[in-house]
Amino acid sequence: MLYREVGQYHTNYRADMRIFPILQDRIGILVILAIAFLGVPLIGGSFFLDVVATPFLIYALAAIGLNLLTGYTGLLSLGTGGFMGIGAYTCYKLTTWFPGVDIVVWILAGGLAAAAVGALFGLPSLRIKGFYLLVATLAAQFFLQWAFERIPWLYNNNISGTIEVPTRTLFGLPITGATATPVTRYEVALCIVVALTWLASNLVHGRIGRSWMAVRDMDIAAELIGIKLLPTKLLSFAISSYLCGVAGAMLVFLWYGSAEPTVFSIDLSFTILFMVIIGGLGSLLGAFLGAALIHVLPIVLRGVPPALGLNIASSTVEHLNLMIVGALIILFLVAEPFGLARLWQTGKQKLRVWPFPY
Amino acid sequence: MSLRWTSIAACAAMLIGLALPAFADDQIYVPLFSYRTGPFAGSGIPIADGMHDYLTMLNERDGGIGGVRLALEECETGYDTKKGIECYEAVKGKKPVIVNPWSTGITLALIPKAAVDKIPILSMAYGLSAAALGDTFPWIFNPPDTYWDGLSVIVKQIAAREGGFDKLKGKTIGYIYLDAPYGKEPIPLLQQLAKNYGFNVKLYPVAAAEMQNQSSQWLNVRRDRPNYMIMWGWGAMQPTAVKEAVKTGYMMANFYSIWWIGEGEVQGAGPGAKGLKNLNWHNNGTGYQAFADIKKYVLDKGLSKGSPSEFGLELYDRGVYNSVLIAEAIHVAQKLTKAKVVTGADVRRGMENLDLSSTRWKEIGLDGFANSLALSCADHNGHGNLFVQEWDGTKWVKASGDVGPMNDVVDPLLAAAAKEYVDKNTGWPKRTEACDHTS
Repeated sequence: MLYREVGQYHTNYRADMRIFPILQDRIGILVILAIAFLGVPLIGGSFFLDVVATPFLIYALAAIGLNLLTGYTGLLSLGTGGFMGIGAYTCYKLTTWFPGVDIVVWILAGGLAAAAVGALFGLPSLRIKGFYLLVATLAAQFFLQWAFERIPWLYNNNISGTIEVPTRTLFGLPITGATATPVTRYEVALCIVVALTWLASNLVHGRIGRSWMAVRDMDIAAELIGIKLLPTKLLSFAISSYLCGVAGAMLVFLWYGSAEPTVFSIDLSFTILFMVIIGGLGSLLGAFLGAALIHVLPIVLRGVPPALGLNIASSTVEHLNLMIVGALIILFLVAEPFGLARLWQTGKQKLRVWPFPY
Repeated sequence: MSLRWTSIAACAAMLIGLALPAFADDQIYVPLFSYRTGPFAGSGIPIADGMHDYLTMLNERDGGIGGVRLALEECETGYDTKKGIECYEAVKGKKPVIVNPWSTGITLALIPKAAVDKIPILSMAYGLSAAALGDTFPWIFNPPDTYWDGLSVIVKQIAAREGGFDKLKGKTIGYIYLDAPYGKEPIPLLQQLAKNYGFNVKLYPVAAAEMQNQSSQWLNVRRDRPNYMIMWGWGAMQPTAVKEAVKTGYMMANFYSIWWIGEGEVQGAGPGAKGLKNLNWHNNGTGYQAFADIKKYVLDKGLSKGSPSEFGLELYDRGVYNSVLIAEAIHVAQKLTKAKVVTGADVRRGMENLDLSSTRWKEIGLDGFANSLALSCADHNGHGNLFVQEWDGTKWVKASGDVGPMNDVVDPLLAAAAKEYVDKNTGWPKRTEACDHTS
């Protein structure tokens, strides 16, 4: 390890129970935040910000949302794409009705509708779990996508059936639409993601998170120690869907700029689920690592042949890409079935006792 | 630790490297968005090859356009909006003169960006129909026809076969379509025409996920017995529909499709598909000088990515048509600006002054390949004449003369759609681009 952890004593419970009890970790988190807020916009070009950084943040937020449900509460869901869509369509409707209100408010409010719908579709979770719940959430996914396609009111009767993002400003600066700069959109996304990650982190480290984990580990035992299953599970569905809804609104307003209903298809649900599984169930860091592996890695791989000066057809690169990413996913999961977050933990532990591993 | 930092630094360096222009300043950079992978690759591959081969032929035969070589680069979209946006961001920094999204979803996402980045978008007979109005969408072009034009031509044809529009009264027209923005767009026009001429419309939506399972739709067709069927399909939906129509015993001669159905998608249905009708605005085959040149300079030299069997197929030829538009726009832009290396803004002017008359088609070695096409500042589409072609069991055969769209019905719809787009996108910029008058 780069630093020694010994000698840091805590004299009160508060200090001992912090999320980052070690000074160097706290410094590390601040450095990462500083890089994210200042370094990335300064160094990254518009391609890096628009294609890599902003989408990465949006996917990470959706993965955190699903992780709260699947990783922390143990409830499988394939409705993520639909819940993200609810966030996006709500935000779209709200900003059509009240164009004067800051779009960030509506992005955050879009999540509330997703939370309500998520809690509604979470009702079956009281009686069914595992694969059966997966099927129930699958129904939610199909129903919601059907709604996005067939209810013209949702997309303001647009002939092309899509939702298109108008230009909206915050303090006079355009943050959505074509005139918004990549830096602005990235910073807005970063602020939302940091704030909501902080919220999620506090939730999972507190009473609510503990009750979720108790339900995950054994719901009968959890019930016996006084945790009410219905409110706990529904709260998990609601908060998870809230984060997914906000991510969906950001996906359309800060990244795509317009969206067909097919954007929120089952493929999106699978992508987010893979991010959670590969990143590590029950870990917030895992959501970020999973999003990085699934979203950023293919882009980096696509850049390899041109960077090396090789002239390979773009379709061949795409085929290779699919194969390499697929192989890497299997490799990572074989190396560590609990995901990248666990791999990181193991690595840290090994370094801690280095050079005398045991 | 140091290894990790090295690899991170290497990745970062590579990503920054991606954004840098990789082409010399004495070339015109033309990115080609294509989809050779994914569920729609069957249609995407011949289109991509046609586009690529024609422009490569210009490079090989003439050394480019006006003496300037074209720097061609394909970007794989997989017909996926996300990857399409990624492609756009990747090519944006290299000063592309024009972008062909080849997907309605990608087109819609790029439309607001075009004016900001000063990159014109050519969505050839797809995308947003309202983009035909150049006063509202100065940077978007969708020649030679919109989907509404296509539908009005089909209805006109049906009326001609029945012996007049008044004979349409009481007839039933079935409309089978991909349940997506693309397939839904013609419905308002179809319903309006039904009201005008008194025919009935039956809608048969096919969900994208159920493209290959249309038995329930065709059971309904069998029950409803519509006099005519019209199809707005794409990808795997089309061969499935043709097979089901054959199986149901539907009169193939009364089955019309929009222009996206290729040979490969009909062949699978066997001899029963004979008589199927399809719209088009260009001829198929290889019997033109430019095609002979493509064979000589590109295929025979091994510069093409495609297989020789697709050379001359309908969708390959459509790719060629798309590239002719690109090449002509660059050619006109060079004439207008007297510059050799033109920019996106110049090519936008080139598109607006595009004039592909029959003499010009002859000059570029494609005599009789397609109808003349002239665009203007106000009209970014052309609303050209279309014709019907019929499947004779092995190939498409021209089955009608040129038919013009019903402009009187389509124009108000376009104006209304454009107005709606502007109303919804508050702050949509007013046209500031000046209009050239060359002729």
